[in-house]
Amino acid sequence: MVEPLHIRMRNTIMSGDAACPGCPIPLGLKVVGAVFGNKVILVIPACCTSVVMGAWPGNGFNGSVIHVAFASAAAVASGIAEALEKRGIRDTQVIAWAGDGGTADIGMASLSGAAERNENFIYIMYDNEAYMNTGIQRSSSTPYGAWTTTTPVIGKREHKKDVARIMIAHGVPYVATASIAYPHDFEAKLRRAAKIRGFKFIHLHAPCPVGWRFDPGLTIKVAKLAVETGMWILYEYYEGRLRLSGPSRPYIDESKRKLIIEYLKLQGRFRRITDKEVLEIETYVKQAWDWVKKHM
Amino acid sequence: MAIQVLTGNYSVALAAKLARVDVVAAYPITPQTSIVEKLSEYIEKGELDAKMIRVESEHSALAATFGAALAGARAFTATSSHGLLYMHEWVHWVSRARVPVVMAIVTRTIGTPWNIWPDHGDFMDQRDAGWIMSFGMDNQEILDLTLQAFKISEDPRVYLPVMVGLEGFILGHTSMPVDVPDQKLVDEWLGPRRQGYVIDGSEPLALGNLAWPEDTEEFFMDIQESMEEAKKVIKEVDKEYGRIFGREYGGLIEYYRCSDAKYIMVSMGAWSGDLKEAINLLRDNGYPVGLARIRYFRPFPDKEIYEVIRGAKGVIVFDRAISFGSMGPLFMDLVANTLKHTRRISVIQNIVAGIGGVNITYTDFTGLIKDFISIIESGGEPPVFKWYHRR
Ligand SMILES: Cc1ncc(C[n+]2csc(CCOP(=O)(O)OP(=O)(O)O)c2C)c(N)n1
Ligand code: SF4
Ligand SMILES: [Mg+2]
Repeated sequence: MVEPLHIRMRNTIMSGDAACPGCPIPLGLKVVGAVFGNKVILVIPACCTSVVMGAWPGNGFNGSVIHVAFASAAAVASGIAEALEKRGIRDTQVIAWAGDGGTADIGMASLSGAAERNENFIYIMYDNEAYMNTGIQRSSSTPYGAWTTTTPVIGKREHKKDVARIMIAHGVPYVATASIAYPHDFEAKLRRAAKIRGFKFIHLHAPCPVGWRFDPGLTIKVAKLAVETGMWILYEYYEGRLRLSGPSRPYIDESKRKLIIEYLKLQGRFRRITDKEVLEIETYVKQAWDWVKKHM
Repeated sequence: MAIQVLTGNYSVALAAKLARVDVVAAYPITPQTSIVEKLSEYIEKGELDAKMIRVESEHSALAATFGAALAGARAFTATSSHGLLYMHEWVHWVSRARVPVVMAIVTRTIGTPWNIWPDHGDFMDQRDAGWIMSFGMDNQEILDLTLQAFKISEDPRVYLPVMVGLEGFILGHTSMPVDVPDQKLVDEWLGPRRQGYVIDGSEPLALGNLAWPEDTEEFFMDIQESMEEAKKVIKEVDKEYGRIFGREYGGLIEYYRCSDAKYIMVSMGAWSGDLKEAINLLRDNGYPVGLARIRYFRPFPDKEIYEVIRGAKGVIVFDRAISFGSMGPLFMDLVANTLKHTRRISVIQNIVAGIGGVNITYTDFTGLIKDFISIIESGGEPPVFKWYHRR
């Protein structure tokens, strides 16, 4: 019998990792560890996880880890995947584990290249919605209205770049969104991805207490609220069709969704948000759902 | 062994094929492109059992080559000029990770302005990156250097990446007869892939975690030590290769008419052929001149250079690159490295020429050498630095 997920998550991230209290990164990586054991090679570009892994000669993850230059997670993972294929090694999962900056911004070209070549690995973008490692600067994945250290006074003026949709447009065999608050859902997605040959993309929502300015005890709560307010939609896209995932299913009905302001008000980064800006976010969320419904 | 008429680029591609590379990741750029094209053709025709990763940029080309090499594949890439600069971050990453990789650099002038003719600016821009850096003079040597690069890179005393330089067009696109080694002999001599560690899932390993300053410095000190070791390995490989395949080049340096020379010329690359012609001509007219041709720029052959120039009345170092605001990089390295062995350096001159691909012929060399010698013979002091330009 397979042990429950929370048991299998143990000992995948070693004690002594360098994450901040309440950090979403170990939460996500524990699920990865639970699914693949140590038969996994993580390719990690410059990001918070570079630090979370701890200092040499220690290593915070019970599996193989390769730290690489910021723009290159998808390219290095491509090289590894091709070499393993050439050498006939089939029992090891290659995973690029990159932040939103390393994915949506500087890593976009290498990501797009690997996706278009349909390289055989899983790309996980853990999305804490800013450059946290360098001190909370805006990324193209930062949401509208959010304070960051490079949008310090009026907040970000642009909406979040939708990387999952960009990946769907690449025609890759598997794209999914996930959240660190729903480990079983994330696990199921990793398992499905692992069975598919070619390029798999998982966009993992990962609230960061330090950068989003909320109490480190609230990480899961904030992540759940993102789903419950409909701001973050969990789905899978494969074989030409979108499938809404369990946790998001109720919220296809707008009346079931919690008020967006409940999500925003827990986070200091939205402290100065105006009613007009909240309306703007609501419109964005509505459009996101319209798109989802259209592709189901 | 069989003679084939090959361009420099095809010599590189054929060497990679003879080394039975497992993975190639590359991106086109003039004048390197025909290497990637040829390798693609070998692979698609089934003549080479390798994976070709047709990446979207040079930054990714070297990143993917690195990934493949790390995971146990014999991996190869090639680039030029802007492509090389674009991947510069990775040039450092690969050597600091101690991953054996081979890369050909088909040199080309850096823009702006756009210019596709060769000088050595792109190659020299990599000099601090921890790679073994070799440079050929003709297509035969290019093939031999590329093959040897795999052997040197994968030697446990070295475990550093190797780049092989050749000038675009002058060698890259010019055909010459090349003696191609027998595949079976190459297989026996080169053997299977060797590397310090492999990340392929067989055991959990981590590479590149944060390291404290002291640890980091020790890693880098080890690279410096391995560079010293590499000098031995390069010479050994050159000898061994000579024994098996019939061509030995002299190791880090090729000496041409140096034994009784009073004036020593130092150069690197294809124009050394023209320089040899100039030397023959000058010899016919009684000038005691010789050429020390740098085959390996990293590790720098400090001892060999010191020994060849120590009795000389004068030395000219020809540079096909310029460190703006200073001098030619070959010259700067030569002077600094000679100081390891002596405080007294002969009368020495740095001539920077051929920048932007300006063609330099044996007539230019003859004139420059004659000028230098006549100043010294008449008791004068030739200028230390000279940028020779002609139209
Ligand atoms: C080429 C390059 N540019 C800039 C940096 C500095 N840098 C390191 S991490 C980082 C931000 C990472 O942001 P993200 O990918 O979102 O990961 P996070 O830190 O938020 O986990 C930046 C800008 C770098 N390491 N390399
Ligand atoms: S800044 Fe945020 S994402 Fe980064 S380590 Fe701290 S909690 Fe985790
Ligand atoms: Mg981030």
